[in-house]
Amino acid sequence: MAEKQVDARGLSCPEPVLLSKRAIGAIEAGSVEVLVDTVTAKENVTRMARSQGCSVRAEQQGEDFLLTLVKGAGGQPVAEPNATN
Amino acid sequence: MRSETVTLWDRLRCLFSSRAGIVIVGLLIGGGAVLLQKLGNPPNMGICVACFERDTAGALGLHRAAAVQYIRPELIGFVLGALAAALLFREFRPRCGSAPIARFFLGIFAMIGALVFLGCPWRALLRLAGGDGNAVVGLVGLAAGVSVGAWFLRSGYTLGRSRAMPVLGGSLLPLFMLLLLVLLVARVSFKEGHAIFFSAKGPGAMHAPLAVSLGVGLLIGFLAQRSRFCTMGAIRDAVLIRDFHLLSGIGALVLAALAGNLLVRGFRAGFAGMPIAHSAQLWNFSGMVLAGLCFALAGGCPGRQLFLAGEGDGDAAVFVCGMLVGAGFAHNFFLAAVPDKFVEGVLRVGGPGPYGKIAVGLGLAFCLALGWTAREKGGVEI
Repeated sequence: MAEKQVDARGLSCPEPVLLSKRAIGAIEAGSVEVLVDTVTAKENVTRMARSQGCSVRAEQQGEDFLLTLVKGAGGQPVAEPNATN
Repeated sequence: MRSETVTLWDRLRCLFSSRAGIVIVGLLIGGGAVLLQKLGNPPNMGICVACFERDTAGALGLHRAAAVQYIRPELIGFVLGALAAALLFREFRPRCGSAPIARFFLGIFAMIGALVFLGCPWRALLRLAGGDGNAVVGLVGLAAGVSVGAWFLRSGYTLGRSRAMPVLGGSLLPLFMLLLLVLLVARVSFKEGHAIFFSAKGPGAMHAPLAVSLGVGLLIGFLAQRSRFCTMGAIRDAVLIRDFHLLSGIGALVLAALAGNLLVRGFRAGFAGMPIAHSAQLWNFSGMVLAGLCFALAGGCPGRQLFLAGEGDGDAAVFVCGMLVGAGFAHNFFLAAVPDKFVEGVLRVGGPGPYGKIAVGLGLAFCLALGWTAREKGGVEI
């Protein structure tokens, strides 16, 4: 179970990025699940999360994408797991 | 065989979402603009989304400024090119419902701000690459307006969620563009002296051959949909989250246009009497503050709104409709600025008239009220 969950479906750019960034900033370490509904939001959240040292796994769920952002302890970079997309 | 195809497809996907992709699109827009200008588009206006929407609004009779009436094929190309990319890469998603009336008015005021400056962000960059120093003032205004919008976003500003809608709903703007293409190619005039209007002189009469304009528009629309090119987003992301990905596209656009202008000897540095521009600096600045704030609150520059509309975003299509109506208002009510001109060798500085100045004030008041009231509690800590 992720520490935080963000439902960013239907929100305009850059709101999915801002909400995801806030969720990452609110945890010391662990994972944040972000649900988005456009490829643009998926790409933007992924780029932001990687710039913050998180690993990203993307999984298509019907029309939506579930992104799992994993943050290492002390902000250490996390190895990227095998992405499904 | 199948796996090889997928790999190539994935590589294409990755290329255009990468920094190289955004740079390629910036180079293409800058180079394409110089080419279109060389082939007949107005000076320092190889591509200008706001001006081209203003010309198209004029052709449809939404205003009667005879010098700026032409259905610009580039606009049609932007939307249909983006539609083609979205369909090909399975990103066409019909959606709408995120405060459409607010977006409509943001479109109106964005157009008024752009026509007080005399150009959209793309044209501001092209004017800069052509040596027009007034563009620097406009770009500073744009950055200021976008920064205010970024502050609202940080404070929790949102126009709410869109939701899925039927395919026809998401296809309306592309279908409207197809209709415009028919009207343009057939040169339809519904009645003698009535719309569709085509300027006989002035900027509206200056245009590259239809096929070239349409072709360049389609190519830019296709690639910009893939790369998410957005001038407003470039400034907003740099200010808000220190992300310079989109900004590299802007740099590429300016460099390509500058190189092209030097090559075709289209570069002339100065402030006074520059092509289709004025040197009333307070209004160059204020017009673009308003436009930048509108773009930031609506989530995209005028070009990006067209590309989004092409991929089924009905809210972006509403913003585009607002810009078309705004162009009508800007010329019917004398809100748009007039360019500098030399009368018997003496410079007459242009700029907006009193109603244009009032409209900029009204627009700023509207944006500030919207930005302040459409916030969810808590905001976003960055």
